[in-house]
Amino acid sequence: MSGIELYIHIPFCVKKCLYCDFLSGVFDEKMQRRYVAALCNEISFVGKKHRGQNVISIYIGGGTPSWLSEDLMDAIMTSVKESFSLDPLAEISVECNPGTLSSEKLNLYRSIGINRLSIGLQSANDDELKELGRIHNYNRFLHTYDLVRKAGFDNVNIDIMTGLPHQTIEKLDHTLKSITMLRPEHISAYSLIIEKGTPFYEKYRFDAVKQEAGMPTEVLPTDEESYRLYKYTMEFLESKGFKRYEISNYARPGKECRHNIGYWDRVPYLGLGLGSAGLYDNKRTSNTRDIYKYIEISEEIAKGNLPESELSSPYYESEEALSRNDAMSEFMFLGLRKIAGIRRSDFVQMFGIDIEAIYGPVITALRNQGLMDAAEGRLFLTDLGIDVSNQVLAQFLLD
Amino acid sequence: MDQSKIRNFCIVAHIDHGKSTLADRIIQMTGTLTDREMQAQVLDNMDLERERGITIKSQAVRVIYKADDGNEYIFNLIDTPGHVDFNYEVSRSLAACDGAILVVDAAQGIEAQTLANVYLALDHDLDVIPVINKVDLPSADPDRVIEEIEDVIGLEAVDAPQISAKTGLNVHDVLEAIVNKLPAPAGDPKAPLQALIFDSLYDSYRGVIVFCRIKEGTLKAGDQVKMMATGASFDVVEVGYFGAGQFIPCDELPAGMVGYMTASIKNVRDTRVGDTITHANNPAKEPLPGYKKVNPMVYCGVYPADGAKYPDLRDALEKLQLNDAALQFEPETSIALGFGFRCGFLGLLHLEIIQERLEREYNLDLVTTAPSVVYRVHKTDGTMLELTNPSNLPDPSEIDYMEEPIVEAEIMVTSEFIGAIMDLCQERRGQYISMEYMEETRALIKYTLPLNEIIYDFFDALKSRSRGYASFDYEMKGYMKSSLVKLDILINREEVDALSFIVFEGTAYERGRKMCEKLKEEIPRHLFEIPIQAAIGSKVIARETVKAMRKDVLAKCYGGDITRKKKLLEKQKEGKKRMRQVGNVEIPQSAFMSVLKLDED
Repeated sequence: MSGIELYIHIPFCVKKCLYCDFLSGVFDEKMQRRYVAALCNEISFVGKKHRGQNVISIYIGGGTPSWLSEDLMDAIMTSVKESFSLDPLAEISVECNPGTLSSEKLNLYRSIGINRLSIGLQSANDDELKELGRIHNYNRFLHTYDLVRKAGFDNVNIDIMTGLPHQTIEKLDHTLKSITMLRPEHISAYSLIIEKGTPFYEKYRFDAVKQEAGMPTEVLPTDEESYRLYKYTMEFLESKGFKRYEISNYARPGKECRHNIGYWDRVPYLGLGLGSAGLYDNKRTSNTRDIYKYIEISEEIAKGNLPESELSSPYYESEEALSRNDAMSEFMFLGLRKIAGIRRSDFVQMFGIDIEAIYGPVITALRNQGLMDAAEGRLFLTDLGIDVSNQVLAQFLLD
Repeated sequence: MDQSKIRNFCIVAHIDHGKSTLADRIIQMTGTLTDREMQAQVLDNMDLERERGITIKSQAVRVIYKADDGNEYIFNLIDTPGHVDFNYEVSRSLAACDGAILVVDAAQGIEAQTLANVYLALDHDLDVIPVINKVDLPSADPDRVIEEIEDVIGLEAVDAPQISAKTGLNVHDVLEAIVNKLPAPAGDPKAPLQALIFDSLYDSYRGVIVFCRIKEGTLKAGDQVKMMATGASFDVVEVGYFGAGQFIPCDELPAGMVGYMTASIKNVRDTRVGDTITHANNPAKEPLPGYKKVNPMVYCGVYPADGAKYPDLRDALEKLQLNDAALQFEPETSIALGFGFRCGFLGLLHLEIIQERLEREYNLDLVTTAPSVVYRVHKTDGTMLELTNPSNLPDPSEIDYMEEPIVEAEIMVTSEFIGAIMDLCQERRGQYISMEYMEETRALIKYTLPLNEIIYDFFDALKSRSRGYASFDYEMKGYMKSSLVKLDILINREEVDALSFIVFEGTAYERGRKMCEKLKEEIPRHLFEIPIQAAIGSKVIARETVKAMRKDVLAKCYGGDITRKKKLLEKQKEGKKRMRQVGNVEIPQSAFMSVLKLDED
């Protein structure tokens, strides 16, 4: 299915989680309304340039998009439909957090075409949820999940995290058992990363360094333990019929997230909203991260004044044209994140040259080390290769 | 200028006794600088010097002092380094002086380098006036220090100014002592020119700037001069003297003066420090006696981290050598490190300073190998080889015996640490010579030590075992027959030439074991297991293993923010670039110096 994807960013949260370094913050409803108005302006502004292009998926991420009131979500979807040609089979996902959904909201979502929900659970253990600074407990999640199913959503993802402070195999096992019992269609299992600028960084940065160095840690799992947690997650989920299709994503057959796969396959996508990233016309773009500036640009455009910008869109903060080498590097390091890997024929088709001519020595070396394998015209990482994929993928970067 | 109104002098002291502070104070009190211009430690103008609080290169400054007798005097103050590694620099500075001020800390008293520097000054026939500094400290005991100076050095010290260079207390007395007690220079301004080069530096606009002391005759702009040792001739473009931190041109430099000249000298090798400048058409009969030439005692390989910077490194070394004649270098190659230089230094501090100057002043990223001393290898065919690079050690079957350099070390220590220091010297294969109590609580211990035992971390060990109280000086004493072996390091079964070192047979096992442990910490985990072995010949004496990396995966949701993901991978790739590839193992640059840190724990 050829076409483009849309990513729409909602930078609002009820409360900032202690580990989170995403572009989001706590803003009141007034600000949310101003932002959504600005966002709708951007959608219609950008839509004009992409008239006739088939939108095959939309991902509304955050932040906590599900926190927006019904009318705001309605406004966003209305403006998307007015400005773009939406494929009738498009996958339309919204990120949700437990406690921010009601049956009314869910019914509205259904009526405006949203057909996939991604729920940020992170853990089924209340002590872990508290440690992470989440606003919910496990019971609250169950309630939300029940509402979601009752509203008729049949494509639901649950996010969980491994490598949490004090996390043991037993605790992880409890989380995995609890969620697989609910039979979601999709599970994303991410590792906790201690990021600069978060309260967790202040609290755990020394531990994170020790973890990385393979030394004994105080609170975070050691390197060895986090390896076991990661492996355990994979084995557990596969045993329950979830197929791993990307490093951190598992799905029942046919329920892979199409939007996400688009990222790995370098399908063109437009980033809409504050700080969102896009890939279009062989350029990586990124919107401004300053919410006041973002609103101001939209307001100017609404008034009919096009703000001056050297970049292709006044919303952009950066725009990087990809060289042929950049594109080839991306093709490899993104494509190989998929468990199925990449197709040699796709490489030839995309770049007009045999993959071996560019990456022959790297591929041979990796195959000799048992990190990569080939079958049926595909190249893919082995389990061993996925475990150390940063090391492997870095070798595909061209200068 | 009337020769009798000139004073050329330097200040000598043990490290930290306040030499640079006194120099600052003199410059300030003679009024050549306003208070506003006065920046702490004017003479130490290299960043490195100010950071480390030590003087590395000698510097000179000319100030005018209006004395109590109503006359104006020209003071040429030449700053000297205090550290033992820089005796050579001290020696060149002294050659430009007629007198010296000896600064002694009122609390610490005489230290090893105080003695070393005073003897150097007396060797150069300088008049020495003692000054007792830091009398404002609560622990100051000037009477005891006066007694020490008289007893140990034999200098009259009863009238020595008792000052605080920090507060300026009694510094006036020092200025008067310079006028009244130090001699004016001699020399005939009309005689054939003899000017001693005591330092130089390279300026990209003016070429080499030569620092000289005019012993006889007069040097003027426009003169045609000849370097008596190198034979090179030049037309003098400019002569002048040293303001604080700047060059001030003047018409001529007559006998007795200290100053500089420029002559569009492009080739740094033409102006050797210690050489004599004379007029081309009316040359002096013979050159001035140069000063004691010193030979490097410590060698190590210096390589650019980026192989393409090899010419830049050569250029930088040439420029540094210009005013640091003790630095020697010649090209060498290493299998692990590529093209670089084997450099000779006076000691470990000298090595570190040069390394840091190369990195800071010339913006070079360097990899240095473990330092080595010069071994004498006597071969069975009767020839002798001076070995500066362990990799060049001949096959054991060709070696009759080997000798290693030894030093006589003087260690000044308070009595409570004598035991600990003697233990240290024993561990480092020291031979006890003598112990002399300087006073009730302090002793001067003398040991013969192999140089190779002190080049690594002896200073650090000495300081830590005496809680910083011991001071240390050493002098080369020649060579001693010794049982030495070459220790090779194998990483993933490949010998890494740049990691080989020569070691006393009796400690080889211990060193090898520690080296493997250290390298295990330094080498990051790879996707495969890496054995690290230490071997003598074909016999492995120690082994460690770097376990294979099992997990390095980015399971984080970045949405469509691919750029961030890419940056992470790029960082990883960049990190690898900063490593050295040996076989299929990436070795971080710091690993090549790890032999230096074996006794850290």
